[in-house]
Amino acid sequence: MSGGRGKIPVAACSGIGKSLGAASREAAHILVEDLRPKRTKVVALSLLVMGDEEARGEVAGAEAIAIDGCKLACAAKGLACSGASRVHGIAIFDVVRRHRGLKPEGICDLNEDGLRLARAAAEEAARLVDDLDAEGGRA
Amino acid sequence: MPDLPKRKVGLIACSGEELAEGTVTRRAVRRVLETLRPDETVTLCLPLFLAGGEGERAFARHYPTIAVDGCDKRCAARATEKHSARPAASVVVTAIAAAYGRGGELGTARRLGPRGLALAEDVAMKIAEEVDAVLEKPRKSRRIETGGKG
Repeated sequence: MSGGRGKIPVAACSGIGKSLGAASREAAHILVEDLRPKRTKVVALSLLVMGDEEARGEVAGAEAIAIDGCKLACAAKGLACSGASRVHGIAIFDVVRRHRGLKPEGICDLNEDGLRLARAAAEEAARLVDDLDAEGGRA
Repeated sequence: MPDLPKRKVGLIACSGEELAEGTVTRRAVRRVLETLRPDETVTLCLPLFLAGGEGERAFARHYPTIAVDGCDKRCAARATEKHSARPAASVVVTAIAAAYGRGGELGTARRLGPRGLALAEDVAMKIAEEVDAVLEKPRKSRRIETGGKG
């Protein structure tokens, strides 16, 4: 359960080769900074990958949210390997299928469609947060 | 003469999503890849090393790599060495910031400010220098560290 353990850790794709990776990161920041700032926090995937004690401590035993840019699902794997009790995944490539008109482009600087896609993914993640809180009796 | 594949350098950014310095690594690496040294570089995805991306690991075993880290935890350099081979060079953003006098507010991990963007440009230029150096010299004789021990 997420209740009582503080903020829900959120890991995003670290890929820098495709727009969907960038949209994943932007979605994580929208979730954590704009939509659910009191309930979520970003954890760096590279720190989890390298077994950083502090980063793993934030994840171990917690419900966590992964926002992945491709089917390799590195963020979800990173969270699972770090001891998350349950990993709830948002796959950007599925989100884009649900918003067929969007054509995300750019990596350092996403275009407007990329930002819209990120917002849509972040809103899905926010609903996940609300569901977790409701499960934990916090809603 | 056989048409041998061109030697390339793999760039591995830490991409740390928590810190502005992580965003600097991504922007700097993309700048090198897209503009400064497009024919000499490729990017490798750091988390794929853990997720078992054999293509990434194999490339880093057989081609020189440059790790670009945001902080002195040096996740990119350590991950590359752990799963493939020691990077030919290591660039650390905080060390470049100190060396170039780029202290102060960089912006956020989500949006770099003017100082962060300027620092990303400095880091990109440093990476490009390292690419040139790595390609000029035999791999095993090259050991450059910028801001950290190898």
